[in-house]
Amino acid sequence: MTSVLYDAPGPRAKRRNVIVSVVSFVLFALFLWWIWRTMDDKGQLKWSLWEPFTTAEAWTTYLLPGLGNTLKAAALAMVIALPLGALFGIARLSDHRWISVPAGVVVEFFRAIPVLLLMLFANELYVRSSGLSSEERPLYAVVTGLVLYNSSVLAEVVRAGILALPKGQSEAAMAIGLRKNQTMTSILLPQAVTVMLPAIVSQLVVIVKDTALGGVLLQFTELLNARSTLAANYANVIPSFIVVAVIYIVLNFALTSFASWLEGRLRRGKKSTGTVLPAADTGDATAAGATVA
Amino acid sequence: MTVKLTVLSAVGSLVWGTLLAAMRVSPVPLLRGAGAAYVNIVRNIPLTVIIVFSSLGLADIFGVTMGTDNFDIQGFRLAVLSLAAYHSAFVCEALRSGINTVPVGQAEAARAIGLSFSQTLRLIVLPQAFRSVITPLANVLIALTKNTTVAAAIGVAEAASLMKTMIENEAQTLLIGAVFAFGFVVLTLPTGLFLGWLGKRLAVKR
Repeated sequence: MTSVLYDAPGPRAKRRNVIVSVVSFVLFALFLWWIWRTMDDKGQLKWSLWEPFTTAEAWTTYLLPGLGNTLKAAALAMVIALPLGALFGIARLSDHRWISVPAGVVVEFFRAIPVLLLMLFANELYVRSSGLSSEERPLYAVVTGLVLYNSSVLAEVVRAGILALPKGQSEAAMAIGLRKNQTMTSILLPQAVTVMLPAIVSQLVVIVKDTALGGVLLQFTELLNARSTLAANYANVIPSFIVVAVIYIVLNFALTSFASWLEGRLRRGKKSTGTVLPAADTGDATAAGATVA
Repeated sequence: MTVKLTVLSAVGSLVWGTLLAAMRVSPVPLLRGAGAAYVNIVRNIPLTVIIVFSSLGLADIFGVTMGTDNFDIQGFRLAVLSLAAYHSAFVCEALRSGINTVPVGQAEAARAIGLSFSQTLRLIVLPQAFRSVITPLANVLIALTKNTTVAAAIGVAEAASLMKTMIENEAQTLLIGAVFAFGFVVLTLPTGLFLGWLGKRLAVKR
């Protein structure tokens, strides 16, 4: 327990630390006790409200299908957004202005718009101009919104990943006479992919979190939406929120830990150039690439 | 409405995020653990869950009325509270990485002249850390601006819910969508450019 911010505690500092610990512990305890009391008062602790989660029914009819839809939307969005993002990211690096400028405009435009607006807009567009049934539409709308937004974010990640490679790589490639797209496909991209992996994984967290938007506003039956049907059925608002939150936390924490493990591993690895895009996340990872570039 | 939500929650998350960052580097293990737990929990829950919970859970079950009976005002305050609670975790992480960029010598010098932990943090480390994390903080602010749309989930009349009602009532889907999209571009692009410029200008020269 050493930090540059404070000295190793002497007797007086130790006493002070103990006092601060005790006071803050009491405050936390009071806070938790208040939560407990209110929940108890409102009857939220009754076993009958928690019991549904021990039965198979709650999981198989509500939570698991919800979780499945969440994962389905996230996976679809990721799979479609990744190649699109790579395309735009590379287009932005093009030497031809007539390719790079439009790509840049598209990327900046979609990055600046809330993903929720994109989803609502896509939904309305599908209502008016496609024959999708109302059961399929929310999934399409959610995935469209996520793809539009995340492909532009991933485009920035790809661009930053390629720019982060040492300049010697592309210079050497040109020196041995490779063409521009040969340099890109056989020298830069393979290396950039390893550089970008952590940022891509942490973007996946953002996508998983954003699917929840579709549940509330587009009636897409993902985890959060399944929670409200479940709560309506068993009248257990608080317990259902806690269970759903725990599911999200476990899922995303696993992904975040995986991202930072990957980052550390790639940083230490001898095969790569040692440059890694950190798994940046600013609430929706608008900055995933921008902070590094 | 969107602007009001953004400004209020930005101030809230900045203050709470700074406090959290201070907790996470403090000499008291309990505070460090509490800060870390808060950040890891809040960061991994979708904002939508937090906002919907603030309405259904906090207001209806816990009876947190935010000092008003008016449903609209209460929704707005709850939205501010949840947006601030959510983004403070990201502010905290940005600040913590900023604290790490402050050279060790600065804190050591501060300790050598006998400053206490809070003095070191307040007078020496945090001012420098803030100046070096303006760009990441700007990104959090832009994310916050865009995330205010989530407040539509509890019926706060900001841009997204406005767009939804307008699109449902008017025929020109494309036009309305374009107008709202343009509005957000106008809000976020200058913020990013201005704060990026500010960040470069204020960066500590080393």
